[in-house]
This record gives sequence, structure tokens and C-alpha cells, in this order.
Amino acid sequence: MSDTKKIVVVGGGMVAHRFVEAMRDRDTDGQYSVTVLAEEPRAPYDRVALTSYFTHKDPDALALGDPSLWEDELVTLERDALVESIDREAHSVTDRYGREHGYDHLVLATGSYAWSPPVEGSDLPGVFVYRTVDDVAELRRYVEDRSKGLGRPVRGAVIGGGLLGLEAAGALQELGATSTVIQFADRLMNLQVDEGGGQALTRLIEKLGVTVKCNTATTAIKPGKDGSAGSLEFADGGSQLVDVVVFATGVRPRDELGRTAGLDMGERGGVVVDDTCLTADPDVSAIGEVACIQGSCIGLIAPGNTMAEIAVDRLLGGDSTFPGADTSAKLKLLGVDVASFGDAFAKTPGALELTYADPVAGVYKKLVVTDDARTLLGGILVGDASAYASLRPLVGSEVGGDPAGWLLPEGSVERPNVELPDEAGVCSCNNVSAGAIRGAVTEHGCTDLAGVKACTKAGTSCGSCLPLVKKIVGTELEKSGIEISNALCEHFDMSRAQLFSAIQVSELRTFSEIIERFGTGRGCDLCKPAIGSILASLYNEHVLAQDRAALQDTNDRVMANMQKDGTYSVVPRVPGGEILPEHLILIGQIAQDFGLYTKITGGQRIDMFGARLEQLPSIWKRLVDAGMESGHAYGKSLRTVKSCVGSTWCRYGVQDSVGMAIALELRYRGLRSPHKLKLGVSGCARECAEARGKDVGVIATDAGWNVYVGGNGGFTPKHAVLLVEDVDDETVFKVIDRYLMYYIRTADRLQRTAPWQEEHEGGLEAIREVILEDSLGICADLDEHMARHIDTYEDEWKAVLNDPERLAQFTSFVNAPDQPDPSLAYVEQRGQRRPATQDERDSGAVLIAPSTLEVRS
Amino acid sequence: MTTVSQAVDSATASATRTAVCAYDRLTPDLGVAALVGGQQVAIFRLSDGEVYAVQNLCPFSGAYVLSRGITGTRGDVPTIASPIYKQVFSLLTGECLVTMDKEPKPGIAPDLAVYPVTVDNGQVYIDLAGGE
Ligand code: SRM
Ligand SMILES: Cc1cc2nc3c(=O)[nH]c(=O)nc-3n(C[C@H](O)[C@H](O)[C@H](O)COP(=O)(O)OP(=O)(O)OC[C@H]3O[C@@H](n4cnc5c(N)ncnc54)[C@H](O)[C@@H]3O)c2cc1C
Ligand code: SF4
Ligand code: FES
Repeated sequence: MSDTKKIVVVGGGMVAHRFVEAMRDRDTDGQYSVTVLAEEPRAPYDRVALTSYFTHKDPDALALGDPSLWEDELVTLERDALVESIDREAHSVTDRYGREHGYDHLVLATGSYAWSPPVEGSDLPGVFVYRTVDDVAELRRYVEDRSKGLGRPVRGAVIGGGLLGLEAAGALQELGATSTVIQFADRLMNLQVDEGGGQALTRLIEKLGVTVKCNTATTAIKPGKDGSAGSLEFADGGSQLVDVVVFATGVRPRDELGRTAGLDMGERGGVVVDDTCLTADPDVSAIGEVACIQGSCIGLIAPGNTMAEIAVDRLLGGDSTFPGADTSAKLKLLGVDVASFGDAFAKTPGALELTYADPVAGVYKKLVVTDDARTLLGGILVGDASAYASLRPLVGSEVGGDPAGWLLPEGSVERPNVELPDEAGVCSCNNVSAGAIRGAVTEHGCTDLAGVKACTKAGTSCGSCLPLVKKIVGTELEKSGIEISNALCEHFDMSRAQLFSAIQVSELRTFSEIIERFGTGRGCDLCKPAIGSILASLYNEHVLAQDRAALQDTNDRVMANMQKDGTYSVVPRVPGGEILPEHLILIGQIAQDFGLYTKITGGQRIDMFGARLEQLPSIWKRLVDAGMESGHAYGKSLRTVKSCVGSTWCRYGVQDSVGMAIALELRYRGLRSPHKLKLGVSGCARECAEARGKDVGVIATDAGWNVYVGGNGGFTPKHAVLLVEDVDDETVFKVIDRYLMYYIRTADRLQRTAPWQEEHEGGLEAIREVILEDSLGICADLDEHMARHIDTYEDEWKAVLNDPERLAQFTSFVNAPDQPDPSLAYVEQRGQRRPATQDERDSGAVLIAPSTLEVRS
Repeated sequence: MTTVSQAVDSATASATRTAVCAYDRLTPDLGVAALVGGQQVAIFRLSDGEVYAVQNLCPFSGAYVLSRGITGTRGDVPTIASPIYKQVFSLLTGECLVTMDKEPKPGIAPDLAVYPVTVDNGQVYIDLAGGE
């Protein structure tokens, strides 16, 4: 390893991360080792998504890429290791602990710091900037403490009305503060939008309840009685009371190291580099926001990532050069759609501007095209940026068709359907071209969006390009003949969601009518269970009613889970995990009497394994007689609502999580859905119930409950995402009612909530609008549907026990109804019985015959 | 209704066939298992009235469960899907049409034995000797 060269990267930000990732990806012979010296006490994280930290409070949610990168032998990450000086002659840098790190090649990736203007009082307590996780954590804590101390909402002000300022104003509001944006320029986001766009934007921001003051220079922050920030003073003589102030007035490169090391500096700062990211010293590169490339420092992630890739390429002998920066930007603020791309201000000589404005709807759109109106140069989209992902990569290409199609509301004029050239950049965060996305499908065999994301990294940062990535992947799959038809099976040419509404609207209730009307043939193992489930979701009738038994999947058909040897497991419901001692005793007694293996499940209840088909009714009779009911462990339906102990016993609990879990479990028990549903309730933020791993997670707060949605275990684990905060019990029920019903109506067959929510057009944001703001006008219907479900619930097992015809289905052999399956064989293990393996059968080991206990009752 | 789903010579049929149950005991599209001469057989009455019989042993799991599978069609072929790993078999020939990328258990063929079924006077008969 002696010929391994050593790279030292100063700064552990986003661009440093990309550099290391690209180096480890491409330096397959291990030519270089990389040491990252980071000032912050954590691994590089997604700064672009920093604002989400206000609500998630989970630093892991900001993780970038695969964390195993930092375990690579050739990678060293030193956290909390601010570099204080560079000795270019000695090829070494010194960190704050005086440790020296020698290098063969040095990469400066120190980013920027948040700059605030020299205003009087900017050092008072209560004045913040906003660049790191620690900044956000402090700001959050301050606002929370202040609001407790004041007993009223905190008054917040953001100085600066650019991209970051607006994000910060939204974040303050999320924290329960009021917010005012104070902008020096004549309009918000003056670097990205023109006057018309600025007006539309102000209206949208004001709609959120944020006050906007443009043309306003702040001259001083005055302390209040307690010495912390208390009011703002403006150049025009006005003033305003504040409790917290956030500066979002721009960034400056952290070029101090380069400066003292004698490297060239840009006019407005930054370490000057050439198009290969090298400084004047051939052993020192600079990348990201600290680099002054082609005359300026660029405060966006996309050009930074490009520089990282170039630096790696060059070190490995490549010849790539910086192509110029794409300064397109999209605001990430809930409910405010703003994007600007390319030559947004029509600076190209002869450029034409096409604009569309609908002040009532709050929409302003502008396309900038060449003088012949054929080539797209740039644009501004305010109020409806749905075309952004498609338009941005088209910059420099022909718009095709009538450009008005992009301006008018979606659907009014058909949008030109243009095939993007291979070299068009689709994902600017990760510098992925249309060609690379196509290649993922054609050459690397990816067959879905998730695969393409993993393979190309497209869409894995800000996500704004996802709709376009999805479209390209779809087109490409279709071309390569891969069926992406959403038909359920050969008998139904519709997706599950389409079939659901067809059945709902037609009010047909039997499989034969439904297949006659909407399908062909006689059905199969794919469409039958799907329709069985839809009918159950719609009408909540018994799964074995009328012709339904033959529709049900394996487990629903006998209301138990089939095991590998053809016997079943039995799981009675234990709502919220709370169980009476007499029920525990009964379960133990039944297990002993029938010789069943018992185990505590991961869902806080008890499973009894090894019951034969013909034994199920007698087992259930004893459970039902004692007041227990089906746990639906077999159904694509509500399984369990997991709970922690909560405030009744736990010293930290702030709400009664067990009570809430039981209420939810009883509310949704028996609810049939496209896939199984699991809920969890935790009594405080320690989250002992792991609620965020569930389809719906409810977590207690001092003020009520937070509801999270779309969590999943399984193959691709996902944490649930916050839907509503600090709500009361009634609201918890209402939002979950609607969320679940909407999911039931629109998800694909066997699609769980996490992928449903991710793939839903517009994502969780659009779902939020449907269920909280009733954007589709269906909330009353969803509410009514759920109310009907709750009213008509009956225990499935109890109903079967009262019905001799259905009981007749629970026989082992039609001509020997009580004779056990002779193929079953068991051995003893740890005091219980389990199915014998083939070897055990062959060797004639001691087998326990199936129990012969009386099975009819 | 009398249905003969497999053409069998009636002389041999009467010699080896076994009565298993009344035709009315069968629910359309739901299977039942029967013990015929110590063998486990899965019997299906489909919605068009036809009756089919195949081995009850699922080759891919080794469990005797096919009678509890889901009936259906692939094209015009009536099928049964195993309840365990969802392999699909033809009820006409026993051929495994969909393997779900799995291998059968060692020593077991992927295709099913099919048995001739006759319905006489409301009784369902299986002819074990007629199977392969
Ligand atoms: C019994 C139990 C294991 C245990 O002994 O702890 C279990 C057993 C099975 N799970 Fe599970 N899962 C059990 C808790 C879980 C959990 C944990 C939880 O619920 O807190 C998870 C992860 C959470 C989640 O669902 O997101 C879990 C994720 C799965 C998955 C993956 C789902 C996914 O979205 O990818 C499957 C496969 C599937 O459903 O397609 C699965 C499937 C199965 C099946 C049905 C496999 C099968 O088809 O036979 C197993 C049925 C055994 C049986 O007959 O009872 N099981 N399974 C647990 C029953 C809990 C209960 O009381 O109802
Ligand atoms: C809230 C917010 C939202 C944003 N949204 C977007 C967006 O939507 N789109 C977009 O393109 N960009 C956005 N950005 C900008 C984007 O985050 C930056 O362009 C990107 O992080 C730059 O990466 P970098 O590695 O150059 O710098 P940074 O990510 O800032 O990393 C530099 C790191 O170096 C460390 N460092 C500095 N000096 C030293 C030293 N002497 N020794 C050791 N370590 C040192 C710093 O502590 C820092 O961790 C946003 C930024 C913020 C703050
Ligand atoms: S983890 Fe796998 S083996 Fe264990 S219970 Fe779940 S499905 Fe079965
Ligand atoms: S453009 Fe941001 S993730 Fe693709």
C-alpha cells in the first residue's frame, strides 16, 4: 500500500461527501486514500434539506448516501477537526488540536458561512443565522423556550427575502411563531424572479400568514427588557417588535485558509480555480461554494457536485472541465411553488418573453425563448411549477409544438411532447443526464424508478426532478418491451384503483357480475383476492359471505395463517398489547389442550401454531366464548396497533398511549386494505413503540399528538413522515380515517402506504391537501365510508361459528371429516413441538403424531 | 347435472373408481380434499359445473394443501394456484404453468397427477388408476 497517495479534504460538507463518494466509486485500484477533516461534529449531511430538521429532529434523516462509505479502508473521517493552517511547502495541514496531516493532494471544500450585515444588535441573544444542524437546533430550542416563557406565540422576523429567507419564514411558522420577512430589494427572490413573478409570490407568501415588507432596510436590532432581541428599527423610521430574528442575507465563501496560504482570491472572495478545479498550486484543488470558478462562487449544490466529480476525474487522469453552472432554483416551501431556470431575465440578445398570469389563482409563468420562438432559454414559474422538472432540462433545446402548452394550466392545451436529447441534464443535484437515466434501463437492467434512483442517484437529493425521471423511465421501459401495464392480470385491464372506483360506482357486489362487466374470462389467483378485498373494503360484509370464500387468498379463506406444513396459526386480537390475565391463561390452556406451539409475536400478541383446519372452529369457539376476537393476523387489513406503556405507568409519558392505541385498534379492526396496515402509539418522544416504523405512527407531545404516516418495515424500511402536529384525539381520528380511506381507494394491489405515498402524484404534499384541505372535495365521502365501517364491524370468527354451512368448510377430508392430515409429523424442541424436517422424517427420529383431541364441538 | 370432465372408458372406470361425496357438497370454485385409498386428492368444482381432481400434494412446499388453493384460468385453461407459494397448475393436465422462480422439493415432480372424475346420480367418483 506504500504507493497509495494521500488526499486530504478540508471541510466535511455536501461537496466533500460527493468527492469521497465519487473517488471510492471510480478509484477501483485504490490509488488514493482520502482523509476528510470536518469542522462539524457529524458526518456530512444533506444541508439542502436542513429545514426539514425543524420538524423531524432526526439528524439521520439528513444522511447522505450509503453510510458504509465512511467505513471504507481508504477513507478516514475526522469530525470536530477544524483545520487552522496549511503549509503548502511541507504539504501538510494542522487542525485545532495541533495534529498535522500530510497530503499529496489537498482539496479545499470549506463551503460558505452565513453572512449577516453589520447591523447594530446582531450579536444579541435571539438573533440567529441558518447554515448548520446546530444552528437549526439552537433556533428551535430558543423559539420553544421563548414561547413557554412568554405564554404567547413568539414574534419572528427573517431578514432577507431570498430562497433561504422564505424557507426560514416557513420554518418559523412551523415552530408556531408568527413571521415577517424583511426584504431590502423591491421584491422577494429578486435574484430568481422578475417583477410580475415577485408580485404573485408576495401574494402566495402572504396567504401562508407571513407578513412581507419589501424595500425595507433594517438599521438596528434593539434589546428588550431581558436583554435579548426585542425590536427592529428600519431606515424609514419605522420599527417592529420581535422575539427572534433570523438573518438570511446571503453567504460568503470560507476562504480564510486559502487566503493565509497565499492562494489567489476572487474579487468577491473565494479561492480561484481553473476549469479543472485546480488552484495556482497544482497540488491544491478547491471545490464547492468556496471555489471561485469562472469568476464567481456559486451557492448551489449542483455546480458543487459537478466540481467534485471533475476533481476526482482529473486526479484519476481524466480530462473533464467545468461546463458552466446551472443556476436554476426551486423554492422548497410548502404551498408555494416557485422556480426559475436558465436565462430567466431574458438577457440573451433578441430573446422573447411569453408570459401568463392569473392573479386570482396566484399564478405567474414566463418562458424565455429565442427570437424565432423555437429554442427555450429559461423561465420563471410562480404558483404552479409543475412544468419545472420537464422544462429545465429543455433549456437550449427546441420547445416543440406550441410553447403555450407549458404556460396554460395543466390540461387546457396539450403540452408539447418532446424527447429530451441524451445530453440534457435531468437531475441537476446529481448531474444525471437523460441519457444516463435511459442507460440505467437499457444497459443496467433497471426495471423501476427505485432501481434507477439507486443506480444513477437521480432524484435522490431535492427530488424536484422525480416526475421527469419517472416519465423517462416509463417511456424507456415501454420501448424495451417491458410491460409496465398497470392491468391487474389477464382478466382485468385496469389498475386496482380504477377497478375500485368502477366497483364503487357500479354498485356491483358479486365477482361474477364484476368480471362480466369489467373483465374477461373467469378470473385467477391475482384478481380474485383483489376483488374480494375491494368488496370487503367497500361493504364490510363477511369474507366468507355468498360467493366470497372462493375469492379469498389462502389465509382469509379460513381466517388463519397457513404455515409451511399446511397447518395454521391462531392469533386473537390483543388491542394495544394490553391483555387480561384470564385471557393469558385461556391461551395457555388452549395451546396445551391442542398441543400448539406458542410464541409472542413482534406485534405484541400471542401466536399459537400448528392448528389443523378442522380444529380451527373449536379453538375459536373457546376464544370467542371468553370474549376474545379475531386478530386479523391473516388479513390484508389492520393488524395491530403497537403501544408503549405511556403516561399511566411510565415516568416520562405525557399522554395515555395505551388508551389511544386501543381506541385506534377498535376503530380500524377488520378494515380490509390493499396491503396490511400497522399502527403504533408512543407516549412520548422516546418512541418506545417504534411508531414511526408503522403505516401510521402517533406520538404524544405536551400539547397532544403528532401523527406520522407512511412508515414501513420489511425489505425497504422507511420512517413515517409528519402529517399533523400537536392535535387532539378527535383530530387524530379524523386525519387517520381519511388517510387510510384514501389509501384504500387509490393504492395498487399489495402496495403498502410508504410506496403509495411516495409514488402518489405530488407526494405526501398532495395527499395532505386531499385529506386536510379537501382539494378533491371527497372528505365527506371518506368520513362517511369510515363511519360505516366502524358501525358495521362484527367479529368474523364469531359470525362463522354461528353458521353451519360455513363451518362445513373446516373439514380435513370431504369423505373423512375428522381424520387429521396423515402427512403431519412433529418433533419436540425446547419443550414444544415443531414440524419435523425431511431428514428427521427420513431417519425415523421420534415423531409426535398429530394430536387426536376431539375436534368437533 | 351430470358432467364427465375426462373421457373415460366406462368399463374400466367402474372397476377402479371410488365414490367420494355428493356433487352438491362441492361449492363452486372452492376445492375439497378427499382420502382415496390412502391417497390425498384435491377436488374442484368450477363455476361452469366441471369437476377436476389432482394430487393434494403441493410439489413446491411438500405440504398437502392444493385443495385450499385458488381456482382460476390462464387463457382457456382452468387452473389451481397453490396456497403456499402461488405456483399455478393446469387442472386439465397437471402441468406447472407458473413456477414463481422456484424448484420443487427434492424428489417431487413439478407437475401434478390428474385423476379422472365422473359424476353419476349426483355422486362424485375419482378413478385413481386413471391417473399417471
Ligand atoms: C407472526 C409474526 C412474526 C412473529 O412471530 O413475531 C409475523 C409473521 C409473518 N409475517 Fe411479518 N410477522 C410479524 C410481524 C411483522 C413485523 C413487525 C410489526 O408488525 O411490528 C413486520 C415489520 C413491520 C411492517 O410490516 O412494516 C413484518 C413484516 C412482514 C413483511 C414485509 C412487509 C413489507 O411491507 O415489505 C411480510 C411480507 C408480506 O406481507 O408481503 C410479512 C409476512 C409475514 C408472514 C405472513 C409470512 C407468510 O406469508 O407466511 C408471516 C406469517 C406467519 C404466521 O402465520 O403467523 N411480515 N412482520 C409477526 C406477527 C405480528 C402480529 O401480531 O400480527
Ligand atoms: C437551509 C439551506 C437550504 C438550501 N437549499 C438549497 C437548494 O434548494 N438548492 C441548492 O442547490 N442549494 C441549496 N443550499 C445550498 C447548499 O446547501 C450548498 O450549496 C452546499 O451545501 C455547498 O456544499 P459545500 O460542501 O461547498 O459546503 P458546505 O456544505 O457548507 O460544507 C462545508 C463544510 O466545511 C466545514 N469547514 C469550513 N471550514 C473548515 C475548516 N477550516 N476546517 C474543517 N472544516 C471546515 C464547514 O463546517 C462545513 O461543514 C441550501 C443551503 C441551506 C443552508
Ligand atoms: S421475518 Fe420472515 S421468517 Fe420471520 S416471521 Fe417474518 S416472514 Fe416469517
Ligand atoms: S434535481 Fe434535485 S434530486 Fe434531481
